Amino acid sequence: MSSHPHAAPAPVGGSLINTTTLVVGALVALMAGIILYRLIYGLGAVTNLNDGYSWGIWIAVDVVIGSAFACGGFSVALLVYIFNRGHYHPLVRPALLASLMGYTLAGVGVIFDLGRWWNVWHMFWPGYWNPNSVMLEVALCITAYVFVMWIEFSPVFLEKLGRTDIKGKLEKVLFFVIALGVLLPAMHQSSLGTLLVVAGQQVHPLWQTPALPLIYLLTAITMGYGVVLFESCVASSAYRRSIETHLLTPLAKVMLGVLAAYLVVRVVDLLWRGALGLAFAPTREALFFWLEMAAFVAPFFIVGSAAARANPAKLFLAGIAIMAGGTLLRLNGFLIGFDTGPGWNYFPAAPELLVTLGMFAAEVLGYIVITRRFPVLPREDAVPATL
Amino acid sequence: MATRRDFLRGCAGVAVAAAAGAVAEPARARETYKVPPEALGLLYDATLCIGCKACVAACKRANDNPPEFSTPEQLWDTPLDTSGYTYNIIKAYRSGNGATKDAETDGYAFMKTSCMHCADPSCVSACPVSAMQKDPVTGIVAYDPDACIGCRYCVVACPFGIPKYQYDSPTGRIGKCELCRHRHKDGHYSACAEVCPTGATLFGATSDLLAEAKRRLALKPGSTATFPRGHLRPGQERLLAGGEDGKGLRRRQGWRAEPDQNYEAVVGNYVQHVYGETEYGGTQVLKLSAVPFEKMGQPSLPPTSSAASSETIQHSLYGGLIMPVVVLGALAFVARRNVVPEDDGAGHGKGEDKR
Repeated sequence: MSSHPHAAPAPVGGSLINTTTLVVGALVALMAGIILYRLIYGLGAVTNLNDGYSWGIWIAVDVVIGSAFACGGFSVALLVYIFNRGHYHPLVRPALLASLMGYTLAGVGVIFDLGRWWNVWHMFWPGYWNPNSVMLEVALCITAYVFVMWIEFSPVFLEKLGRTDIKGKLEKVLFFVIALGVLLPAMHQSSLGTLLVVAGQQVHPLWQTPALPLIYLLTAITMGYGVVLFESCVASSAYRRSIETHLLTPLAKVMLGVLAAYLVVRVVDLLWRGALGLAFAPTREALFFWLEMAAFVAPFFIVGSAAARANPAKLFLAGIAIMAGGTLLRLNGFLIGFDTGPGWNYFPAAPELLVTLGMFAAEVLGYIVITRRFPVLPREDAVPATL
Repeated sequence: MATRRDFLRGCAGVAVAAAAGAVAEPARARETYKVPPEALGLLYDATLCIGCKACVAACKRANDNPPEFSTPEQLWDTPLDTSGYTYNIIKAYRSGNGATKDAETDGYAFMKTSCMHCADPSCVSACPVSAMQKDPVTGIVAYDPDACIGCRYCVVACPFGIPKYQYDSPTGRIGKCELCRHRHKDGHYSACAEVCPTGATLFGATSDLLAEAKRRLALKPGSTATFPRGHLRPGQERLLAGGEDGKGLRRRQGWRAEPDQNYEAVVGNYVQHVYGETEYGGTQVLKLSAVPFEKMGQPSLPPTSSAASSETIQHSLYGGLIMPVVVLGALAFVARRNVVPEDDGAGHGKGEDKR
């Protein structure tokens, strides 16, 4: 195995106030201001939403893409606990933390996109439920998963607080919490794709298929691994820690495996439905389809060889390529390949973009604060960090 | 170190669970719903429409909606499309020099846009909190703002682009035609049909309206025929329903007495298609036109609804929560064997590396 077998997690330490935290803090504050303005003056005051594009980037990016970015915890848990690849264990906590941040913010953030947000409790009140609604399933699953992740992650806080008694009790049932933590994201990540099915032919045939749940699920899992590669490289470089190459190299191979399975499903589905021809039409949709496919195929060229998989820079690039592919797949389905009819256009307004930026900034801020103060990343001797 | 056998066991466990779930709840395709037998609706005949927009004004008044401006002076209600404040609009088609009414080339024509009241509405299927509901008897697709959370999934889902949201308001709601259901108790039917001077918009039971539409398609273009106005009159209903005791009579009970408004008009050169008869399983609002429907902004839709596709997928996977519970059981079983206490365990070599 490796020369660093399972170093116990420990707080990174260091100051919480530095350039990075101040910048992301300012972005978060700006987001809060815009959200307040939106609550007073309505969605139209800060967004370019219209009835042709009633869902903008707050749904497509913050929720659909953001939650897929937050699949690291799910993908790694799947590998470690279900497929019993225990040596990946040191990746669990940092991946889970990134997921926790991503999902919590997606879940809270979506409330500000709701036009009648004061009724949001209807989602959780069985009397209002419509069991036919894909969105009901998505909302309930995401909410449940946020709670499940906080429980999964709670040992980190309990360790810090020295409450080993509670932690001991929790660990007896942790296997069940972990099982839920695999089931729930599998359910709602697939359903995020199913969301589009009811929109029928408003979604371009390149992205409208009964296979959407499988397509979204497989890409969410690969994106989870891609995010872990990305996040491990960023955390290592920002905190000046050694890169966990011994874990990331085999992880990249797993990622390529899932990615290959996805590409087979994707192409077979397009052929099956006879939609592949549309990819060769001179349209904006076709262009974006090829960009999406290029991003998904790129990792095979970047980390296809064993030697390349040992190179952190290439692992980082492969992670980014996967994230770009998954992002494009979702943007294409929800916005670029979505057409309600002539006359409708959408490009996010500046405040809309700032809120999305603020969401990601809040995730980064949360990640920094928690990794610096709580035992998440594996213990390491090197300390001087600038982030 | 985890063995390959463990890994395969994990794979097998999940696969078996998924298969068991799939068998337990066989994927039954949900059929596209049909228009309810007593459904109410409208018949819009573009060849009779003169573009006066009396229906647009009446709709505004009946639904207590504010005017919307598109001219610099902001004097008249001039909406360009349906919106959260405009539930019904007449749009114009124009081709070439626009000289001839209802001609596809060098002509012009009118088209009404309002809720089609689908047999199998996407908005109803989409709404997570049951704020969009289809009345089981009248089939009217109704909106309840008190239930609505404003997620706008209905706006995204509708193939006709009908539910619209009020983006300018901090308490915006969804706006769409509900066939003036709030006026039915006073004996009033849809305001647009009530005021239509030419009977281009006609109110009635969808089955009767469909029969009336087919009667018109069978008429000789250019000949003169009798056309009803307002809502289908008792005589016509009896005729269409097949006699004195036909269902037509029963259905019209409750509407205010009105004088007979039949009149003679020239039969249009119809496209031989009743729009709404088969689209997405049928709609309660039906349309006739002399210009092809696609050119009039009416989407060509398959006879099966997207709600049926969506619900088939959803219930195959999650029906009765059988599959999720089975998979959860398998995952928990596998995880139980693979989860070791985290407590510094990894560092002390107590973990899975020892296996």
